[in-house]
Amino acid sequence: MSNISYLNNNTEIAWCPGCGNFAIRKTMDQVYQELGIDKQKLVMVTGIGQAPKSPHYLDVSFFNGLHGRSLPTATGVKLANPELTVVVESGDGNVYGEGGNHFLHALRRDIDITVIVHNNMVYGLTKGQASPTSRKGFQTPVQTTGVLLEPFNPLATALSLKSGFVARANAADAEQSKKVIKAAIRHKGFSLVDLFQVCVSFNKTNDYKWFKDHTYYLEDEYRPDDRIQALQRAMEEDPLPLGIFFQQENDRSFHEKLPAYSQDKSPLSRRQVNFEELNKIIEEEFV
Amino acid sequence: MKSEKTIKEEVSIVLAGAAGQGIQSIEKILSHIIKEDGYHVFTTSEFMSRVRGGMNSTEIRVSSRNAHAYVNNIDILIPLKPGLTPFLEQRISEDTIIIGEKEELDYEQIIDVPFSAIAKEIGNKLYSNTVALGLIGGLLKLNEELMEEHIAKVFSSKGDEVVENNRRALQEGYRRGKELGKSYSIEISKSGEAPEKTDAKPMLLSGTDAVALGALAGGCNMISSYPMSPSTGVLVSLSGYAERMGIVAEQAESEIAAINMALGGWYAGGRAMITTSGGGYDLMTEGVSLAAMIESPLVLHIAQRPGPATGLPTRTGQEDLNLVLYAGHGEFPRVILAPGTPTEAFELTKQAFDIADRYQVPVFILTDQYLLDSFFDTPRFQIDATQPANHFVKTDADYRRYRLADTDNESDSHTEPDPHTDHDGLSPRGIPGYGEGRVRIDSDEHTEDGYITEDVIGIRPAMVKKRLYKRHQLLQKAALPPELIGSASYSTLVVCWGSNRNVAVEALQKIGSDDIALLHLTQLYPLHPSVSDYLDRAARTCLVENNATGQCADLLRHETGRKIDEKILKYNGIPFSVEELQEKIEKIAGVHNE
Repeated sequence: MSNISYLNNNTEIAWCPGCGNFAIRKTMDQVYQELGIDKQKLVMVTGIGQAPKSPHYLDVSFFNGLHGRSLPTATGVKLANPELTVVVESGDGNVYGEGGNHFLHALRRDIDITVIVHNNMVYGLTKGQASPTSRKGFQTPVQTTGVLLEPFNPLATALSLKSGFVARANAADAEQSKKVIKAAIRHKGFSLVDLFQVCVSFNKTNDYKWFKDHTYYLEDEYRPDDRIQALQRAMEEDPLPLGIFFQQENDRSFHEKLPAYSQDKSPLSRRQVNFEELNKIIEEEFV
Repeated sequence: MKSEKTIKEEVSIVLAGAAGQGIQSIEKILSHIIKEDGYHVFTTSEFMSRVRGGMNSTEIRVSSRNAHAYVNNIDILIPLKPGLTPFLEQRISEDTIIIGEKEELDYEQIIDVPFSAIAKEIGNKLYSNTVALGLIGGLLKLNEELMEEHIAKVFSSKGDEVVENNRRALQEGYRRGKELGKSYSIEISKSGEAPEKTDAKPMLLSGTDAVALGALAGGCNMISSYPMSPSTGVLVSLSGYAERMGIVAEQAESEIAAINMALGGWYAGGRAMITTSGGGYDLMTEGVSLAAMIESPLVLHIAQRPGPATGLPTRTGQEDLNLVLYAGHGEFPRVILAPGTPTEAFELTKQAFDIADRYQVPVFILTDQYLLDSFFDTPRFQIDATQPANHFVKTDADYRRYRLADTDNESDSHTEPDPHTDHDGLSPRGIPGYGEGRVRIDSDEHTEDGYITEDVIGIRPAMVKKRLYKRHQLLQKAALPPELIGSASYSTLVVCWGSNRNVAVEALQKIGSDDIALLHLTQLYPLHPSVSDYLDRAARTCLVENNATGQCADLLRHETGRKIDEKILKYNGIPFSVEELQEKIEKIAGVHNE
């Protein structure tokens, strides 16, 4: 626990008044404080949208890259310097839509990063089109007769790909969200937090009341150690369960299994070219 | 066909057979022995995009001088199966000696060597290739002992019996080759006694190997890529050295993932590269635009093959110059290097890391299938044991990633610029976890602190000025000069880039005119200022390119204002041969041979 604030109050916040992101910003500040994360060892990686602006309003190093690409970028950051805590904060469009393939493979890779997905079931930045998590029948100026596609189920997807940490929270419940996100960051390996949040401007359907009425908490006696049971709960559609669905510790992170880190544990920035070895390679293989 | 023949100083041997039939193994073993024995050797293969079957061929050139280019001529053709492709058929001349199984092959001039019958007698049809290997060895009078040693090494894992049978197959082939050599004598002088010290011995390696070794020497410690011919070899090679050289080698789920991983890697202090071909690079273009916006270094190896779309996956071309020159939205600077030899591939790849890091730009190494898949004997690379400089800085508490030099406070302007960190007004690059500061980078237009901005009056123009103009000027100043080969008092100037270098050099040697010189461009963008002067001094210019539109000619016109008079273009997926280039240049330059 540190008492140093992670808020950055020097930039103007570009979110709409009443946006669900304000609560998440406050939660992240508390999460980082309570975990006592060294500011110099923290990197946030984001894509494009409203959620990805989050690190601008926090006192952190960040890489606000391209839409949909936050997971490969975060993977590169972690692989180059495993000493960094890497947190991705992006929206449902970024992680599940544009970056859907990256999501699948980041899960398979089990890279040690935390992914917090602001899930408001709509595209906010582009002004109100369907997102991959929009519910069937949700009407927009593009989906004029309502969404026909099945909503993407991130939790079931993550569980089926043997992810070690799968959770969902509702940003409106700051205490619960904080608890879940803290556990996610502590988890060694890929951790997913699907975070329900409202878009006050472009989603009048899934508002604060809707999320309250259509969610419930996994019971106190629920144990997140059974993948099949977790999968069953993740398949529930209405009401949607909240909490940590599954959690299983890894003995080794992905980067620790790589040949690059088998001898030398140091970040790439501190490495030197082993010219002696290079000469040996040339002699053995090419001379 | 003449019944007796002497081939002097250089010979072109072509092996043809199906994929999976072992041609590449023969090529590999033979080229090593030829090099070990003190000759110059060059091999190049053309193959179909299939794993088994089809008809592939490998040209092995053995010579007393550096003959490191593709020739159309075939002195000796060894088809290991019937059904030569029309491409090979048209290369057979009346002087071509065809050696093979008469029963299988329908050529009038064939010299019958029943490879499979001989092999069967030894124990198994599988030894046919070793018989063929021995036969070539006997014809070339290669060191038989050396060949046996090599064969024993190659097959050592397969048990004593296999080693012994291969040795016998080799001996029988060698005997027949030597016998044949009485009628078809091949006389090639050695390039000198093989040096005792290994660091003076030449290497035998492919263009792919050279790019990979250059990356290692340049301090590459990360590669993320998606397999695509002909670029994959570099990923394979660096993955193989991951543990020994401490390299993070990751096969990404797509090219899009690959380039973003690499940028994440640079951001966090790594030195990353990607390797891909044109189609894969198409997918990466948003990433290279990102590199420019965040002012990140990046090294991109683009291995060309003919397009559009899937094109000819296993063949060669130079069609993607415009792609790497222009692709990526927005306006930003870049560097394009085009090696023509393994030595250049090594040096330029090594330098690419320094240029990328120093100037915080994407640097392209533009190669092609012909360079990458060919093997060359090459003087040993000079490994300078100086560590590559890291150009990132330790940040202080008020670090601003995109600091504009103009807004520096007065005390700063009086201090001498640090050559490692402050390159004439570029913003020093910090990395997270090193120093007190935050490193904020954004794909949106951003303030000096890295925050999103829409300040179109102050920040936007200042950032463009720094990102684009300032950097382009610096890159122009640092551009690598072209190589002029031949007489400085030329009237015809042949211009080439990339892998055409050796073909053009040999074509000009054959023409032997002081009136014609070759200008080989190793840096295509930005161009070195001397390129204009070289073009100005020519009465006639001609450009050699493996594409259909003359992309480099367009680039030269655009950058220097000089119009190229003649273009020699080829776009069927096959490299220029020395002969065809010679003929075309002679025609253009008005050289008349008897």
